[in-house]
Amino acid sequence: MASRTLLQRFWLPAGALALLVLVWQLICKLGGVDPWILPAPSAIAHNMWDDSSRLWSQVWFTLRLALKGIGLGIVIGVAAALLFHLIPGVRAALSPIIIITQNIPLIALGPLLIVWFGFGLLPKLILLVLVCFFPIAWSMLSGLGQAEPHLREYLAMIGASRWEVLWRLELPASLPSFFTGLKLTATYSITAVIVAEWLGSSEGIGHYLVLKSKGYDTPGVFSAIACIVALALLFYGAAALLERLAIRWRPGRQAAQGGRSA
Amino acid sequence: MSDCISLSAGGSAQVKLELTGIGKSYVRDKRPHLVLDGISLHVREGEFVTLIGPSGSGKSTLFRLIGGVERPDAGTIRIGGRDTTGERGHISYMPQQASLFPWLSVAANVASALTTAGLGAQEAAALAAQWLERIGLADVAGEYPHVLSGGMQQRVSFLRALLMPRDVMCLDEPFAALDALTRADMQAWLLRLWEEQRRSVLFVTHSIEEALTLSDRIYVLSRAPARVLREIKVPFERPRRADVWKEPAFVRLKEEVLELLRSTAAR
Repeated sequence: MASRTLLQRFWLPAGALALLVLVWQLICKLGGVDPWILPAPSAIAHNMWDDSSRLWSQVWFTLRLALKGIGLGIVIGVAAALLFHLIPGVRAALSPIIIITQNIPLIALGPLLIVWFGFGLLPKLILLVLVCFFPIAWSMLSGLGQAEPHLREYLAMIGASRWEVLWRLELPASLPSFFTGLKLTATYSITAVIVAEWLGSSEGIGHYLVLKSKGYDTPGVFSAIACIVALALLFYGAAALLERLAIRWRPGRQAAQGGRSA
Repeated sequence: MSDCISLSAGGSAQVKLELTGIGKSYVRDKRPHLVLDGISLHVREGEFVTLIGPSGSGKSTLFRLIGGVERPDAGTIRIGGRDTTGERGHISYMPQQASLFPWLSVAANVASALTTAGLGAQEAAALAAQWLERIGLADVAGEYPHVLSGGMQQRVSFLRALLMPRDVMCLDEPFAALDALTRADMQAWLLRLWEEQRRSVLFVTHSIEEALTLSDRIYVLSRAPARVLREIKVPFERPRRADVWKEPAFVRLKEEVLELLRSTAAR
């Protein structure tokens, strides 16, 4: 059972990916595709190796910026979810505004933020936080409201305070939703940080991408894309790992309900 | 403790829970439906009192009123000698589903309920550990509840209610979801533990045998709108034997209650 799961979860997707890269390599080498149109995977790897020290410093800059954005996004997202959950009326009043902010294209919002706040860290952080806080706030808000009714009833019957209901029931019950939001945020944040760097930065992998793109350096562009994908996978993996560390009771959730007949 | 037994039998012990003329109706299809129609009952200190009635006779509603989750339309609720109508935090509670928090260990589940009742965190943890040891669950104290069987989960749930320092324990069909064998085990276990501790208990069940095996007194409720049809004193001595159901008086009482429930269901 465990080996079958490992096969399905890891070796099948890894094999499919390896096959894709192999086919790509063969098409480039045997089909005579111009490397300025589509470089072979080996050419991209070679380029990354040659430019590795510069790529590392760019990735490091992007990583730190993304982490700042996610960190602030988590704080604001959780605070927003709690505010909406605890104070009736706030949700109804502010939901439309928040949904509007999520519908403005980043490409349109970025230049405006740069006009208002200059080329420093602030406009980039604002852009990032706007993207990062939303999935966390929205998932967690639904999680807070979906705590099991019979546990809610139990706490009411023993006279638990509003604070106790939040602390003992609603917050732990919303953790799985919070992590669903965090995994979305982890993925979105990379896209957002690239756009932020693209629009106005002198550093970061997004800036590197702009330079290579303007210079028609296709292997350079693909090198940047490889780094961006690696970052996104790293962030998603980190969020999934945190989830597993934080939610150790989940395997038993079904059993806890079904176990009554045992 | 032995005083309590004789006093409760004599009927002069302090009344811990007293309901007087409780009425409650709900609006359904824009018309008020009466659920409880002037229910009066009481539980004395150290007394085990059971409510039995047809399903849908408003027993759960009555519990919500006693717990202060809802207010009655008429009547008063006195707990520990004080008018507590509509106030929360005066009872401990054991629901039909064990309702243990899946993210807390067994010990933390017990301890957290005790802190709600006002105990300090250390005191609560110590008491929980000591009692889990005493009921033979020390080796699962650190586990999450899902590893426990249904019967063990209900033991933890009962312990949690027993240890809360509240005037009345309200037990709402706590064994209804268990299979017959586990249910019989749980009744014997609860009887033993309760007879040592002698807390004031209000118990709800559908099972006439369960009511007769466990209780000092039984209130038989009519179907909705619920009224008290009869109050029955259970004559068997304490500590009660597990095979009390073999007594002729047990069979007679069982027939009497069954007849009452039949007559109210037939109307």
